[in-house]
Order: sequence, then structure tokens, then C-alpha cells
Amino acid sequence: MTDAIAQTPDEPRRVDVGSLMAHDERTRRRNRAERRFQLYGLTAIGVGLLALVVLLVSILSQGLPAFQQTFITLDVHLDATKLDKNGTRDIEEIKKVSTFGYAPLIKAAAEAKMEELGINPEEFGVTGKDAQAMISKEAAAQLRRFVIANPDRIGDTVEFEFLANGRIDGYYKGRVTMESAERDSNVSPGQLQLADALKQGGALSKHFNWSFITAADASENRPEAAGIGVAIIGSLYMMIVVLCLALPIGVAASIYLEEFAPTNWFTDLIEVNISNLAAVPSIVFGILGLAIFINYAGLPQSAPIVGGLVLTLMTLPTIIISTRASLKSVPPSIRDAALGVGASKMQSVFHHVLPLAMPGILTGTIIGLAQALGETAPLMLIGMVAFVREFPSAPPEGFFDPASALPVQVYNWTQRADPAFVERASGAIIVLLLFLLCMNMIAIILRRRFERRW
Amino acid sequence: MPVLWIFLAVLGLGLIAYFAGRSRALGTAGGDTRQLHSLPSYYGWHGFMLTVVPALLVLAAWLLIAPSIIESRAASTIPDSAIAERGSRSLVMAEVRRAGEAIDMAVEQGKMDAGLAANLRADFTDVTARLKETGAIITSTVTQPVLRAAQEYRVMSKRSGLFMSVAVLGLAIVGFAFAVMRTHKDFRARNVVEQGIKVILILASTIAILTTVGIVLSMLFETGHFFDKYPWQSFFFGTTWAPDFRGNSELGMLPLLWGTLYISLVALLVAVPVGLFAAIYLSEYAGPKLRAVAKPMIEVLAGIPTIVYGLFALITVGPLVRDWIAQPIGLGNSTNSVMTAGVVMGIMLIPFVSSLSDDIINAVPQAMRDGSYGLGATQSETIKQVVLPAALPGIVGAILLAASRAIGETMIVVMGAGAAAAQMSDGLGAIINPFQAMTTVTVKIVSQLTGDTDFASPETLVAFALGLTLFVITLGLNVLALYIVRKYREQYE
Repeated sequence: MTDAIAQTPDEPRRVDVGSLMAHDERTRRRNRAERRFQLYGLTAIGVGLLALVVLLVSILSQGLPAFQQTFITLDVHLDATKLDKNGTRDIEEIKKVSTFGYAPLIKAAAEAKMEELGINPEEFGVTGKDAQAMISKEAAAQLRRFVIANPDRIGDTVEFEFLANGRIDGYYKGRVTMESAERDSNVSPGQLQLADALKQGGALSKHFNWSFITAADASENRPEAAGIGVAIIGSLYMMIVVLCLALPIGVAASIYLEEFAPTNWFTDLIEVNISNLAAVPSIVFGILGLAIFINYAGLPQSAPIVGGLVLTLMTLPTIIISTRASLKSVPPSIRDAALGVGASKMQSVFHHVLPLAMPGILTGTIIGLAQALGETAPLMLIGMVAFVREFPSAPPEGFFDPASALPVQVYNWTQRADPAFVERASGAIIVLLLFLLCMNMIAIILRRRFERRW
Repeated sequence: MPVLWIFLAVLGLGLIAYFAGRSRALGTAGGDTRQLHSLPSYYGWHGFMLTVVPALLVLAAWLLIAPSIIESRAASTIPDSAIAERGSRSLVMAEVRRAGEAIDMAVEQGKMDAGLAANLRADFTDVTARLKETGAIITSTVTQPVLRAAQEYRVMSKRSGLFMSVAVLGLAIVGFAFAVMRTHKDFRARNVVEQGIKVILILASTIAILTTVGIVLSMLFETGHFFDKYPWQSFFFGTTWAPDFRGNSELGMLPLLWGTLYISLVALLVAVPVGLFAAIYLSEYAGPKLRAVAKPMIEVLAGIPTIVYGLFALITVGPLVRDWIAQPIGLGNSTNSVMTAGVVMGIMLIPFVSSLSDDIINAVPQAMRDGSYGLGATQSETIKQVVLPAALPGIVGAILLAASRAIGETMIVVMGAGAAAAQMSDGLGAIINPFQAMTTVTVKIVSQLTGDTDFASPETLVAFALGLTLFVITLGLNVLALYIVRKYREQYE
């Protein structure tokens, strides 16, 4: 304070104090600055929350329609003369009829339905072929699967719910309008009017679509049939691999570093490596997987095992860091007491410290798994972007079969031309977010229920 | 899956060893556990460990090393002329592997007996057609050298499999016998088991080092190949990115690096003010109620996978930026732009900046604030003139970490920023236009390494050089940031 006085040797500046009840100009300015500053802070929080809300609303509004699908109900006569010419009901013979053989049956059923409802497609300027195109190309395959599964039903008339074509479906979800149909070569306004007529007749309806969750991916021109079944299985397999490798290895490494490691250059090296690996871009792990697991070790591309290994290496730092934190939070008195009654160092760790740290370890592991579940970039490099239609077989062979993964499936769909795939990508994201939400909820519950404060 | 069976057999042996070791120890002590040096289960674990661990280690090593040895042996039977025909050794070897698999399938399906499979001659029988019958994927005609190598390959892998089973199971049995013979009531089983466990723990913690070494080596190796085929000066200082799989590509890194840095800059311009102000408000002003709600909500942003942000950029932000900003002012008409990717990435980084800054601001000692209040400063003056300067090094560290995250981010830029590299030749205006599509290092790594890749062409190998560059940049930023943060922490501890 002496400095301040020295700087103003002449008469100290008089501050016009005024009334204690009223603020002077300077105080008011300072208070305004104070309020402005607070406002900036609140705005920043508002921006963050707003971003979260907009993100979620945009994904939900785009994706929820994916769970609904437009179906056309038809009574198909499974004509024995076409499906089983010899009448032997021999399954091998029936399998020889390709999906092309089934198309006429659907056509006949569609014509019969329209006749029954008193609809003449010509009224809407729709030819028979175009009316046929309103039903998904997947319908013939669906029919064939049914017949192969139930050969004894040949000759009967069976009611089927076929998927409507993606554009017709889009019409009921607001993606396709009469105006856009004018310009679209894949759908005409007449077809949409015909669809409305079918809807009035009760042959066309929109309801929940389980096959979106259970079915495999479908090709470019039949978005209505695409599902995320294979992707869910692939992600599940990868999570199994990650859990089986990352949890034991991560816990073992943390126990060593936290309880046994002497402080020397080697321990330092490990620590520096772990903290660096936690911040290495995920795509670099993809390059590692491609170069080592696929090109060097010769593991198959697109296989969940390779994805699992790559994600394990990525998740390890997360698990190690959280495990070490929870080991550290166990008070030293526990260790001392165990050692005091004659336990060895190893026994004190495995019998006392580890069980007490377990809730924290599991919480960290679940969060690490959730991170791994949403990871996309490294999986793209190891070939998971491939188009996979077949479900992988049961483990352990299934780990080596090609599969997709949820986030990669999303990416895959966004790269396709038909806008119907964007809706499906958002739908898949919702499923992914639900999984993540569940995992995080479990982590929070674990932490609340079991974590002890010492 | 014979490997699975070997694995299970070893585990089974281990289980037997557990009980054998335990009962033998108890037997020598006459059933009185007090006579034993260690608890009975330790004798069991001793048996289990000696049986299982060495055997499984050999199994793992064999599975890792054997394929490359077999490959090189089989490759050595192929004359150089055959390689010249196909272009490269790796292509021929892929063919060899396929042919080998096809022969295996043929034998399995009974279309070929084992003797014939070993003596096939491509010049006498129509092997290609016969192998195609099995449903195997054979793309070209199987020539004699390829067939020779394929047979060699088959024989060697079969022999290797047999040797592996014998070696692994033999080792397990030796371990088993040794462990059981060593077991005696005075044997210090616990010390041995604990030593063993400690070794396993050490091995587990060295995986972190192995991963780093793996990353660096795999990228260095392939980057070396790349620089054999493409001059490094043109890579690091080239201003044109124009890969062409027919050859004659220009693979200059600068346009990609510019795109990466530009998008990261936009992202930081969004994330740093918002994140920093949010952190200040939450740690200095907010009451416990608001804090309890807002802090986790903002951190939810960090838990959302990047693919979600990518989709958000693609379907919501991209069209929005184009229709409301870019087109009205006539700066661009693509949904992919630097702005789109930058803003969305900025949102992703908000929680990153805010939670790190929050920790750092909280670490500033309360005494410093109290001193400032005591002098009559308002709260905001205290924050601006005392807390922030004290926390500055830590905040800089947090921003550097966020920058490294932004530079390495992939999905948002793949879906939001576009695939066209910045054209340095179009002049300054074009390359600083934030509404133009621009590509980044990570996007190009993805696009060069997905789809059909040929690991002999520089167009594919360039991805490894890009990856190494990315790794070095992010590593540098991280090390610097951690150093600053650590230095700062020490100041107040």
C-alpha cells in the first residue's frame, strides 16, 4: 500500500461519496458489468443445453418414423401348380423355385384385392405393372421364405402383410408428397392416390415394424426392408470380446500400477503410455488394427473379433484410469488391517481391496464399454463398412464371420442415395442411444447403490 | 476349431492339476492342514498355473508367428517370373491362400481325395474348374507355381497345426508333472503362486507399451514403403491433393492439413467461449441446484457418440447453414462445409472444455478470491483479474487437449466437411471461405483405406503417412498440454 501512496504524493483524490442509499455512477457501471458477466455465463450454459436439446429432437424426429412401416395386406393363393409342379412336396424341389416364380402369385393377389375393394387402378392412370411396384421387392422373398418353412401350406390361401415400397411408405411419413412424386421417376401421383384408396379399403396400414430391429440390411433399392439385426449382433459380439479382454487386463494392469509397482523408469514409461493412449485419435487405432490384426496376423476383415480387439486397446486406458481411481479410494487402513492379521500383500489386495473397489471398477468398465459401442472410425478401417446380409453364426465361430456394427451401419445408410435410408439411420441412432442410456443408467445405479464413502 | 479344443484341453488339464496338487499336498501332510506351509488351495493354484500359463503362452506365440513363417516359405517356392506376371508378391500370395482354401474345401466335400490334393498338377488336370465347383472364390486360372505354393502352404499349415497341438499339450503335461512332483507339505506354494500372479500383472500392464509400439511400428513401416514410392518432400510440402489410382497422383499433405486446422479452429471458436463461460458460471455463480442439473446435462454431450454428431451435421446443421447463411450471401451451396463440421465439432467439444476448466477453476485456492473480495472487487472482477490469470495455464492446457481432440476427430468431418481437398491454386479467397466443402487428414485416411485397397500403391500407403502425421501432431499437443496442466497443479499443491 505504501506504493500507492508514493504514486499520489499530492492530495488524495476525493471520491464523491454521495448518499449511502444511492449508487454512484461508477458502482452502477461495475454492477452492470457484473450482471453482464453473469449473463454471459448463463448464455453459455443455455447454448450448451440448447445444443443438446436440438440434437436430440432432430435425431428423434427424423428417426422415430423408422419404427413404423406401411404394410399392404394381401391374400395370396399358394398355387401348387406353380410352386410344386410334381406335387411331391419335396423341399429341394420347392427351393428350386426362385423369387421370380413367386412374383406372379403376388400380382394375382394384388389384382384380386383391388377387385374385391372395387378399385380400378386404371382410374388413377396406374398400369398393372406400376401397381405391382407399390409392393416392396422384398415381398417375393418373404413369400418364398414362408413356403420353404411351411411346405404343407401349398395350395392354401394365406393372408400376408407385405412391406409397401419405400416411396409409398414415405408418402405416409411426409417424405413424399404429390408434388415431389410428379418429379420422381420411381413413383407417380397416381400410385399415391391408389395407395390412399387401398388405405380406405383397409388393405394398407401403418404400424410398428419389428423387422427394423431384427432384419438384416437390405440393398440400395429396397430401403423398406433394411434392418439393424446384423448390426446389433455384430456390436454385441464386439462388446463380448471387449468385456472379456479389457476388464481382466485393465484390472490386472491397474492392480500392478497402483499396489505393487515400484517408482522407476519402467513404471513411469507405462504411465506415460497409458495417458497418451487415452488421447490418441480413435482412427489411429483403426490403422493399427488394419496393419497388425488383418495384414500381419491374417485375421478376417469385417469380423467382430478384430473390431473387438481394436476396441479393447482403445478402451483399456479408460478402464485402467477409472480402476486406479477406485483402488486409490480404498483407505489404507483396510490394507494395514489385512497385513496386520497375517495376510500377504497379494492376499490383502485380492481379498480386501479389490472387492471393495469392485463397484467403481464396474462403473468404469461400463462407461468404457459405452464408449466402445459408439465408436465408428476404427471399425470403418477394418472393413466393417462392407454390406453384410448374412447373420453371423453363434460364438465362437461367429466372432470370425463378417458382421456390421450399429454405428457403422448408420454411416453406411447415410451414404446411400434414397432419403428413406436417412430415416433408418436416425432410427438406428435412437436404438444406439437407448443402449448407451441403459448402460449409463446401470453405471449410475451401481455407483449410487454400492459405492462407499470412507 | 482345433485351437479352441486345444485351449479347452489345456484348461481341463489345469483343473485336474489343481485337484492333484491340492490332494498331494494334503496327502504328504497326512490330511492335517496345519502341517502345510501354505493354504491347500495355493498348492492347487500352483499346479494350475504351471500347467496352463506356459502352454497358453506358447499357443499364443505360435498363432502369432507361425502364419508369417508359413507364408514366407510358401512364397519362396514361387519363381520371380510368376510374381512379375501378377504385379506383386502380395497379390500372388492372396491367390495362393485362396487356392489352398479351395483345395481344403474340395477335400472336405469329398470331391477330391487327400492323395490327389497333394499331387495335383495344374498342367494336366483342369484344376481351376474343379476348385470352382466347390464354391470357393477363385478369380483367375490357377497356374502351376501358384498351385505348387498352395500345396506347400496346405502341407505346412497342417504340419504346423499338428506340431502346435503336440507342443502345447506336451508343455501342459510337463508343467503338470513338474508341479505335482514339486508339491510337498514344506513346499512354499503361496510364494511361488504370488510371484507368478505378479508376473501376470506386470505383463498386463505392459500391453499399454506394446500398443504404442504397435501403433508406431505399423505406421512407420508402411510410411517407409510409401516414401520409397513417393518423394517425402512432395508429401510434406506439396500443395495439391489429387490421388489417382491409375498412377501419377499428387499427394501433397498441405491442403488436408489446412482443412484440418481450419475446421479445428472454427470448432475451438465455438467450444472455448461457451465451455469456458459455462465452467465459470457453474463453478463461481451457480447454486447447488442449478449445478446439479446443468453440469450432468452438459456432460451428456460428451457421452454421445461422434456418429450421432456426424448425422446431426449431415441432416440438420448442413442444410440449415446452406439455406440460411451460405446461399443468401452467395458463398457456397453445399451442405458440407467447414462451418457445418466446425460448429458441430464445437458442440462436441463444449463439455470437454467446460469440465476440464471447471476442475482447474475449482483448484484455485479460495484464499485468493477472499483476498480480492476483501479489497472490494466485485465477483466478476475477481474472476477476471484473479481467478482466470491464476487458472490460465490450466485452461490453456485444456484448450490444447480440446484442439488435439478436434484434429483427430473423424466421423463429424467425414459426414459434415466433405471430400474435396482445399484447392490452394484457387487463391486465398477460396481456401478461407468457411462455407466451402473442405477435407481433412482423417477423412482421407478413411477414404484411402476403405473399399478396395492395394497395399502396394502409394495411393493406399499415403494413409499410413497421414496417420503417422496425425499421431505425431496429437501426441505433441497432448504431451504439451499434460505438461502445462501438471506444472500448474504443482503450483497450488
